[in-house]
Amino acid sequence: MSEPLLNLQGVHTRIGAYHILHGVDLQVAKGEMTVLLGRNGAGKTTTLRTIMGLWPTAEGSISFQGESIASRPTPEISRRGIAYVPENMGIFSDLTVCENMLLAATGAKRAEDLDAARLEWIFGLFPALRKFWQYPAGLLSGGQKQMLAVARAIVEPRKLLLVDEPSKGLAPAIIQNMITAFRELKQTETTILLVEQNFNFARQLGDQVAVMDGGRVVHAGSMAALAEDEALQQHLLGLSLASHQ
Amino acid sequence: MTSSTATVPAPEALPKVKTDLLPLLLLPAIALAALPLTGSFSTWVTLTFAGLAMGMIIFIIASGLTLVFGLMDVLNFGHGLFITLGAYIATSVIGRMSGYVESPSLVRNLMAVVPAMLIAMLVVGAVGFVFERVIIRPVYGQPLKQIMITMGGMIVGVELVKVIWGAQSIPLPLPAAISGSLLFGDAAVEKYRIIATVVGLLVFAVMLWVLSRTKVGLLIRAGVQDREMVESLGYRIGLLFFGVFIAGAALAGLGGVMWGMYQQTITPEMGGAINVLLFIVIIIGGLGSVGGCFIGALLVGLVANYTGFLAPKVALFSNILLMVLVLLWRPQGLYPVVKR
Repeated sequence: MSEPLLNLQGVHTRIGAYHILHGVDLQVAKGEMTVLLGRNGAGKTTTLRTIMGLWPTAEGSISFQGESIASRPTPEISRRGIAYVPENMGIFSDLTVCENMLLAATGAKRAEDLDAARLEWIFGLFPALRKFWQYPAGLLSGGQKQMLAVARAIVEPRKLLLVDEPSKGLAPAIIQNMITAFRELKQTETTILLVEQNFNFARQLGDQVAVMDGGRVVHAGSMAALAEDEALQQHLLGLSLASHQ
Repeated sequence: MTSSTATVPAPEALPKVKTDLLPLLLLPAIALAALPLTGSFSTWVTLTFAGLAMGMIIFIIASGLTLVFGLMDVLNFGHGLFITLGAYIATSVIGRMSGYVESPSLVRNLMAVVPAMLIAMLVVGAVGFVFERVIIRPVYGQPLKQIMITMGGMIVGVELVKVIWGAQSIPLPLPAAISGSLLFGDAAVEKYRIIATVVGLLVFAVMLWVLSRTKVGLLIRAGVQDREMVESLGYRIGLLFFGVFIAGAALAGLGGVMWGMYQQTITPEMGGAINVLLFIVIIIGGLGSVGGCFIGALLVGLVANYTGFLAPKVALFSNILLMVLVLLWRPQGLYPVVKR
């Protein structure tokens, strides 16, 4: 693998008295989708939040494009081209869909300033957003909110997307739409670090996979290899793809 | 980029956007309920205008406080200092322009009052700058310490006011053209109360415009809901809070000038005395909600004036009673802000 876009070496995170990450090593290659798998409490969300600077890095290094971003202020990390879609989606429910998108477009002051061609592309990925454009985001369904959260992250070209469990709580039809949208996104060579618990979802999208347990990465490799190796799935995740489908 | 074939099952009809008008309807409901009790229409008109004017001034003062709490969960018990300071600066400015104030010409009156307001806002905004940096910044995220240190800051500030202007009360008379009343039939309405109502409405309109039509306003509304996400989008919430704090202090300074002219006498303790009222207003309205703060302030103003006339003993605790009743109805306030 060439120089990774994002490189975590021995990252430790402590939240108050709790030691959550115990030396995470993770590389995310440019233009690929890396999926972070693991059980509840394995440290996946904490890893994303630590990368974003929402939790301070206690030890270790995080570099993005070769420059250290460990414990830098969150806005600075964001302005380097990293977009974050949190597990709770982070939708501003009192604001309209349009206003939510506008806030994510750093150069735009009004809706008219948004890149029209890119907006059309986003509407192609998530048609519901066009329909609800002037509606308070709080009125959207769970699936539509998730689409807005992803759309907001890509309203401008980003170097890296951090997406936390986009399939969580969604109906199967909506999950399929989400997979289609992420496939389209991958064609633009956007680099994505995706946290997922839904292995079937992850398998269809991931190029690389890292499995976390106990605050560490315990396996890293290609998704194709993991998808084909039921014994490894059973060992790492306590499940097999066959039984998951 | 190519358009994908991703389709999203959408509902048949667009969901209806519900506008919650009930809190707004409380205002005419209370006013109409007071009409038969006051005994005469003219008295009711006088009381209603007094209540609206008082409410508008309280709104001007409290609007910054509610946004400061909404953005950073900061409880600033020192807000009263900004009110006191605004009023005292106005006396200094207006005192040097007595010729303008005593003139029967409205234009000449305004040539004294408007600069007094602007200077008060500028100076109090600057004091707000220092207050945030020195007193509030070290205690972010520590509510108990915030209460103690902001109250302490106010006590020190008030003592400094006494050092500069003296501990005694100072008259702040209304300019000649603004004093006196206008007659609407048998109802006498003080001119100043009409002006205070108009200024309050203007401040509210400007604030609504900023919050709904500008990107900074969107950021403030978003920050009140989820400041972590605002930071994740690349904006420095601390800077936004700092700006809102200074603007809120400046508005409190303006409110102090208006409150001083409403009372026509100012004392170093005037800000502290109104502090409790401010917290009642922002709790009634829903912490962080500007619209709620506006309705809450008008409710407090109307109820204080009606009960003051109808049952003076009840007036002593009428606003606490109002807060209890509102919270029993809506525990999060009239227009609660959805927070994460």
